[in-house]
Amino acid sequence: MLTDPTALLLARWQFAFTVSFHFLFPPFTIGLAAYLAVLEGLWLKTGKALYLDLFRYWLKIFAINFAMGVVSGIVLSYQFGTNWAVFSDKAGPIVGPLMAYEVLTAFFLEAGFLGVMLFGMEKVGRGLHFTATVCVALGTLLSSFWILAANSWMQTPQGFEMGANGQFLPLSWWAIIFNPSFPYRLFHTVVASFLATALVVGGVGGWHLLRGNATPQVKKMFSMAMWMAALVAPVQIVIGDQHGLNTLEHQPAKILALEGDYLSHADGAPLYLFGWPNDRTQHLDYAVGIPKLGSLILKHDPDAPLAGLDTIPDDEQPPAAIVFWSFRLMVGLGLLMFALGLLSLWARWRGALYSSRFLQRFALAMSPMGFVAIIAGWVTTEVGRQPYLVYGLLRTSQSMSPVGASAVATSLLAFVVIYFAVFGVGIWYILRLMNAPPHPHEETLAKDEWAPIRTAGITPATQGDVEGEP
Amino acid sequence: MIDFDLTTVWAFIIAFAVFAYVVMDGFDLGIGILFPAITVGQGRNRAMNAIAPVWDGNETWLVMGGGGLLAAFPLAYSVILPATYPLVIAMLLGLIFRGVAFEFRWRDERHRPFWDFAFFGGSLVAALSQGMILGAILQGIRVTGRVYAGSWWDWLTPYTLLTGLGVVAGYALLGACWLIWKLEGDVQAKVRRLAVRAAVATLALMAAVSLYNLSLLPEYRHRWLGTPEIYFSSQVPLLTLIVAGLLFYGLAKKWELAPLLLALTLFLLGMIGVGVTMWPYVVPGALTIWDAATAASSQRFMLVGFLITIPLILGYTGWAYWVFRGKVGGEGYH
Repeated sequence: MLTDPTALLLARWQFAFTVSFHFLFPPFTIGLAAYLAVLEGLWLKTGKALYLDLFRYWLKIFAINFAMGVVSGIVLSYQFGTNWAVFSDKAGPIVGPLMAYEVLTAFFLEAGFLGVMLFGMEKVGRGLHFTATVCVALGTLLSSFWILAANSWMQTPQGFEMGANGQFLPLSWWAIIFNPSFPYRLFHTVVASFLATALVVGGVGGWHLLRGNATPQVKKMFSMAMWMAALVAPVQIVIGDQHGLNTLEHQPAKILALEGDYLSHADGAPLYLFGWPNDRTQHLDYAVGIPKLGSLILKHDPDAPLAGLDTIPDDEQPPAAIVFWSFRLMVGLGLLMFALGLLSLWARWRGALYSSRFLQRFALAMSPMGFVAIIAGWVTTEVGRQPYLVYGLLRTSQSMSPVGASAVATSLLAFVVIYFAVFGVGIWYILRLMNAPPHPHEETLAKDEWAPIRTAGITPATQGDVEGEP
Repeated sequence: MIDFDLTTVWAFIIAFAVFAYVVMDGFDLGIGILFPAITVGQGRNRAMNAIAPVWDGNETWLVMGGGGLLAAFPLAYSVILPATYPLVIAMLLGLIFRGVAFEFRWRDERHRPFWDFAFFGGSLVAALSQGMILGAILQGIRVTGRVYAGSWWDWLTPYTLLTGLGVVAGYALLGACWLIWKLEGDVQAKVRRLAVRAAVATLALMAAVSLYNLSLLPEYRHRWLGTPEIYFSSQVPLLTLIVAGLLFYGLAKKWELAPLLLALTLFLLGMIGVGVTMWPYVVPGALTIWDAATAASSQRFMLVGFLITIPLILGYTGWAYWVFRGKVGGEGYH
C-alpha cells in the first residue's frame, strides 16, 4: 500500500508531540514517588514533623502531576492502533505482551494504592500508609521496566522469528526483554528521572532561600536535592557514556549522525563540537572539531579507526541535523548538572550551602533542565532510529494506519490546542503550589470539611495528628 | 460448543477487562454526566469525593482492555482503531478533561465552574464515543487483507448513535445508583429521582438497539431467532425484564445498595447480549478471534502473568474500596 507522505509526516508529528508532552510527567512521577517514600520513611524513623511537612507539600504536587501523566499516557496506548496500525499488527505479538505486563504489574499497583496514598492517612494508620506509598513508587519503577523493554526491543530487536503473515513472532521472552540496549536505556532513564526531580526540588528550595524563607523545611529539601545532584549527575554521565558505546555497536548510524561523522577516519576521528550537518551533501559544514577525541570517546582509543556515514546507504540514515543538536543539548545540560552538584559540595564544605546566592540562582535556573535534557535525549534516540520503527526491519513509512492526512491534521490540531491549554494550566497550578513555601503543619489533601470521605464507625483523626497503628 | 483453547481464554479475559472497565469507570463517567443536575457546592463536592480515591484504578481497566487487545488480538486492534479513529480521539480527549478535573477543581476555586463543566463534558464525550465504538464494531467493519478498508464515515450511522446514547444512559444509571449508595440526605433523594429517569432511558435504548441488531447482519438474526438458539438467547431479554422490574421496585422502596447491584446485573446481561451477537467474531463479518489471535507463545507468556497478578490486583483494589467504604461526608462527622 502506498502511504500518503503528508499523512505520514503528520502522524509522526502527532506521535512526537503527544509522547514528548506525556514524557514531561512520568519522570517527575517516578522521581517524586521515590522522594515521597524516602520522606515518609524518614518521618516514621525519626518522628520529625519536618519530614511529614515536606511529604504533604510534595504530595499535593504529585497528585496533579500523576493525573496529567495518566490521562496523557492513555492517549499513547491507543495511538499505536489509531495511527500505526501496521506496526501494531506486525509487532503486536511482542510489544503487546510487554505493555500488558506493564498494566498488570505497574499501572494497577500505582492506581490501586494511589487513593490510599493521597487520602488515606487518617484511615489506615502510618504503617499501611507507608506501604501504600512504597507500592506506588515501586509501580512507577516497574512501569519504566516494561515500557523501556518494549522501546529497547524496537531499537535492538532480537529473540523473534518472522511469521508467514508478516508478524514478528516471539521465540525467547528472555532475549526479547533483555535485549542489548535495554539495561543501558533503563538505567539511563530511571537515573534521569531521579536527577530531573532532584533539580526541581532543588530549584524550589533555591527559590524560597532566595526569597528569604530559610525555614528548616526549605533548607532540608534544598540540602537533600543538592546531595542527589552531586551523587547522581556523575553516575548519569558514566551510564550515558556506556549507553553510547552500546549504541555504536548496535545502531552505528545513530551515533555517526549525532557525532556528525559523515566521513570515515582511518586513524582517529575528531570530536566535532559544532557544525551544520548537511544530509544532502553528506558533509558537516562549518565544522569545529578536536582531533582524535571522537575515537577516544567512542572507542576509548585516540587512534582507533571509525567508519563514517559514508559507509551507510543514504536511505538508511537518520536525519543528522536533529540528532546532532539534540544530543549536544542533552550533553551540555548534563555537564551543567554535574557542575551544580560540584558547586553544592564546595558550598557545603565551606558552610555556605544556604547562603550562596549564586548557588541558589544556579539551582533555580537548572530546575526545568532535567526535563529539557530528557526530551532532548529521547529525540536523539528516537529520531536516531529512523528511518526504522523496528530497527533494520520495519520502516516507519511502512507502519502507518490507513488514515488520511485531513483526519490526522484535525486530530493533531486538537491535541496541540488541548494539551497546551489543559496541561499548561496544570503546570501553572503546580508552579503556584511551588511558589508557596512549605511550612509546619502542612495541609493534607483531605482538608475540606467534606473532602474525601469520613466513614461511619471510624473516629476521624484530628488534622495534622495522625493515629499510629495499634 | 465453545472450544476452550488459549485464544478462547484470551477472548474471555479481554471481555472481562472490558466489562470491568465499563462498570467501574461507568459509574465514574455516569457521575460526570449527571454533574450539572447535582447541586453546586456540597452536593457536587461529595459526589466527586465518592469516586476520587478510586477513579484512577477504574480507568486503568481501559488501558488493560486496549493494551490487552493489542497483545492478544493485534490484528483486531489494528483494524478497529483506524475504523473508529475520530471516536477514539474524541474519547481520549474527553478522558483528559474528565481526569484532570478531579485535581484541578480543588486547586482553583475561581474556575471551579469551568472544571465542573469540563468534568461533565469530558465524561459525556467519552461515554458517547465508547458507545458509538461499540456500535461501529457490532455493525461490522470492512477489512481487506489485514487492513481496515471502510470509508471515512462508516462509524457514523443511526445505529451507532443509538448505541452511543444507550451507553450514556446506562452510565448515568450506574453513576446515580453509586451515589444512592454513597450519599445521604437531599442529594441522595435527588440522584434517586435521576436514577429512575436514567433507568427508563437505558431500558428503552437497550430494547431499540436489540431490535436494530436483528436487521444488521443475517447471522445476528439467526443467533437470536433461529431454532434451537432462541431457547438460550431468549433468556437474556427475559432476565433483563425481571432485573429491570426489580430495579424500579428497589428504587421505589428506597433500597440503597440493591439498585447498584441490579444496574450492574443489567450491564452484565447487556454484555452477554453483545457476546451472543458477536461470538466468535472479534470484528463482526471479517475476523474471528482465531483470525486475529496473537502468537501462541505470546498467549502463554501473558497468561502466566495474568494468573499471578490478577488475584493480587483484585485483592488490593478491593482493599482500597474497603478503606473508603461508607457514606461520604455525612452530617455528624468532620
